[in-house]
Amino acid sequence: MKERLLLKSETVPIIPDHVRFEFNEVRKEWVLLAPERALYPDPIATEVLKKCDGKISIQLIGEDLAKKYKAPVEKIVEDITKMLQNLADKGFLKEC
Amino acid sequence: MLKKAKLQAPLAVLAELSHRCPLSCAYCSNPVELIQKNKELETKDWLRVIDEAADMGIYQIHFSGGEPTARKDLEEMVEHAHKRKLYTNLITSAVLLQRERLEKLKNLGLEHVQISFQDSESENANRIGNFKNGHEKKLEVAKWVRELGLPLTINAVMHRQNLHNLENMIKMAKDLDADRLEVANVQYYGWALKNRAAFMPTKDQLEKSMEIVEKARKDLKGILAIDYVLPDYYAKKPKSCMGGWGRQFLNIDPEGNVLPCHAAQTIKIFKFDNVKDRSLSWIWENSEPFNKFRGTDWMPSPCKTCDRREIDWGGCRCQALALTGDVGAVDPTCEFSPLHEKIFGSATEESGNEAPEFIYRLPSNKDVEPVKK
Repeated sequence: MKERLLLKSETVPIIPDHVRFEFNEVRKEWVLLAPERALYPDPIATEVLKKCDGKISIQLIGEDLAKKYKAPVEKIVEDITKMLQNLADKGFLKEC
Repeated sequence: MLKKAKLQAPLAVLAELSHRCPLSCAYCSNPVELIQKNKELETKDWLRVIDEAADMGIYQIHFSGGEPTARKDLEEMVEHAHKRKLYTNLITSAVLLQRERLEKLKNLGLEHVQISFQDSESENANRIGNFKNGHEKKLEVAKWVRELGLPLTINAVMHRQNLHNLENMIKMAKDLDADRLEVANVQYYGWALKNRAAFMPTKDQLEKSMEIVEKARKDLKGILAIDYVLPDYYAKKPKSCMGGWGRQFLNIDPEGNVLPCHAAQTIKIFKFDNVKDRSLSWIWENSEPFNKFRGTDWMPSPCKTCDRREIDWGGCRCQALALTGDVGAVDPTCEFSPLHEKIFGSATEESGNEAPEFIYRLPSNKDVEPVKK
């Protein structure tokens, strides 16, 4: 029985096989390709998605970004969890 | 010039590989005159079109029909599209598919499967599609899709003769472990127009269906995504058909004509360009039918000054033609169309009458017209 994936800071997110996150050379843009959908992540979301490789948790992704942007970790983790939850609810992200 | 400079490549191409189909649904939206097998594009033409689409930066290719699996060279096309990094989607009735073939398609790069269902209840489903055991076969193929790890969309075609089963349809999609469910209200293009009175739902049915969808969306959040579009006859605002004419999407019919949407053959004033004569990018930029209703310059009043003009892009041209006789008229779905009330009235009236018998999509029924009650 499938259940809704609820992301927590320790969740290790990964983009599932049937969703492609890639740079389109013709259009010169990052795109998330899913069944009958194309989403265009903004530069921050692109950076987050590049880190959704099934190796690190949302907490660690947040810490990386907090260092880079000199921003509070809690706030960043909260923001990216929200963004990724939205993608998970559409089926564009899963737990590793 | 400015308009041309801003024109971006489309996001998706719908490749209608064949008009052949084992089902004979009375609501088929393909044209009354189908393209015969001997006129279908050859494999090499499709492979070249796939190259041209990838070179333009098109993201997705939907293999559709008719029934795309009626083409024996579907494998070659899927393989090539995948190599060219197009996201590949198979839109199928599923009744011709064998497990081995589906597995092969997956291994060649197929990324998503969409299966149409006529009802959740076998007897009614097979009556609507006019195909014995079709429903059972579809359930079987849907299971294979998930077993093979492919994502699945269920396309549930809804109307007055199956809307009472909407909750069961949602349950069926969930039980099949589908990722998405499209609750698609019948659109009255092509053959379907013959059967409008047999399919037009009542206002009560629609209100109830919206409640059911809203509830299911909440209950199944993160489990099953549900798309639902209110049918035009009961809407107040037109929908942004194809995301706007010539903005995001192109459609190639089985003989290679390139259309802004799959119903555009009904617009007889147009001469569509063909992929055998011109490249896809030339057609996208220069073909007369694409430029005719692209953007907002063509719009009649009150669309021209409406603040929704870049939201709905003037709605649906095929519908404007079918219901008003003028392809450039305000889409009568819009409450600001002078014909809106009249058309809404005819829909309510039809749905209040007893449903007539289906005129199935069969060659022998081509000249049969609905009986006026």
